[in-house]
Amino acid sequence: MTVVNFYALIGGGLFCLGLYTLIIQAHLLRKIMALNIMGSGVFMILVALAKRIGGNTPDPVPHAMVITGIVVAVSATALALVLMLKLVATSGRTELPDTELKE
Amino acid sequence: METIIVIQWALDVLLGLSLFYLAWLALTSEDLFRAIVLFVSFGLLLTLVWIRLDAPDIALAEAAIGAGLTGALLLAGLAKLQIDTREESSGHQTSATQQTTIKKFFKPLSVIAVMLLAILLGYSVLSLPTESAGLLPPVNAELVNSGVTNPVTAVLLNFRGYDTLLEMVVLLVALLAVWSFDARHSTVIANSSPVLGIMTRILVPVLIVVTAYLLWVGAAAPGGAFQAGSVLGAAGVLLMLTGWSLKSSLAGFPLKLALVIGNITFILVALTTAFSGTYSLQYPPAQAGLIILIIETAATISIGVTLAALFLGAQPNNKDKQ
Repeated sequence: MTVVNFYALIGGGLFCLGLYTLIIQAHLLRKIMALNIMGSGVFMILVALAKRIGGNTPDPVPHAMVITGIVVAVSATALALVLMLKLVATSGRTELPDTELKE
Repeated sequence: METIIVIQWALDVLLGLSLFYLAWLALTSEDLFRAIVLFVSFGLLLTLVWIRLDAPDIALAEAAIGAGLTGALLLAGLAKLQIDTREESSGHQTSATQQTTIKKFFKPLSVIAVMLLAILLGYSVLSLPTESAGLLPPVNAELVNSGVTNPVTAVLLNFRGYDTLLEMVVLLVALLAVWSFDARHSTVIANSSPVLGIMTRILVPVLIVVTAYLLWVGAAAPGGAFQAGSVLGAAGVLLMLTGWSLKSSLAGFPLKLALVIGNITFILVALTTAFSGTYSLQYPPAQAGLIILIIETAATISIGVTLAALFLGAQPNNKDKQ
């Protein structure tokens, strides 16, 4: 077990935790947070694997991808929140309509 | 030597496990406000992980965006949600916080599915070769021609300029989508606390100086357009929280220009390089440093203003005098 593997596994764990919450929780704000946690997990796997070369200068290409990824994630979060508020304004619900069918 | 390794491992395990625990708490907390606060602390802890993984560039972006701006967005969303559901719940019965129960067998089934995925992910991570140089050798070989000495900036603005250009477009498209959806919530719930007011008056000039510093230093050290832009965006969010709003004379064309200047500059550079005999976005090594600085300056302004505008939500109305 190396530091790289340890953090990559934590990243995978975060991804799965986020995915599970995304499936199980009905509240849309929680789903948005779950998506963000999933994203953080993916970023962590990428950055951990970039360090496989050893030493203090990891592979910069995954780093650049993660930086753009963080900015895309925040803009997607802003859009998702607006969509959620729009849904609440029109239907008064904070859940997607299909969750009702499964009750 | 041995003790240092043990201490490092202790730190790593502590960081990794508390990160996982915080994520778990944030996602399972009953109270949404508490959940968001936990989510912000998750982001701050993640910043430490980036430092630990020798990714200071990402740590800077994460501290400003992952922990700061996303948290502010979520809190603002929750505040608007509570206003909406309060209006709503006086009318009919639909309670927004009601937990919908999903079919009984659905929960264990998804636990098993996610567990299987976790095992698969873990297996594929562990089966990768433990030593891999990745793309570091080609990046290092071409770094002298990139115009900058920070490899991450070289990748972002030079080697993979297309990605960054399209990513700037994504940011703009997200804002346009937000503007086209959200017409009602044009005001931020301002806080009139004197502490916040004084803090903001001191912090905003400091943040602007930090923005300029990050932009400049990005050529040689951790920093660059994205980190500088997110700090600028954070300054904008702070200003809006104290009740500041854009002058109506600036909300029209000047605001739109600030939003698109990064994309315009980037596209102009792409067109110029395409028609001057080389490939699009292939800079001549002698001028590369200057070209990158120009693009980054424009991009910083656009990223900062776009992030602040995303926080505001609706398009600032230039007829609306506040």
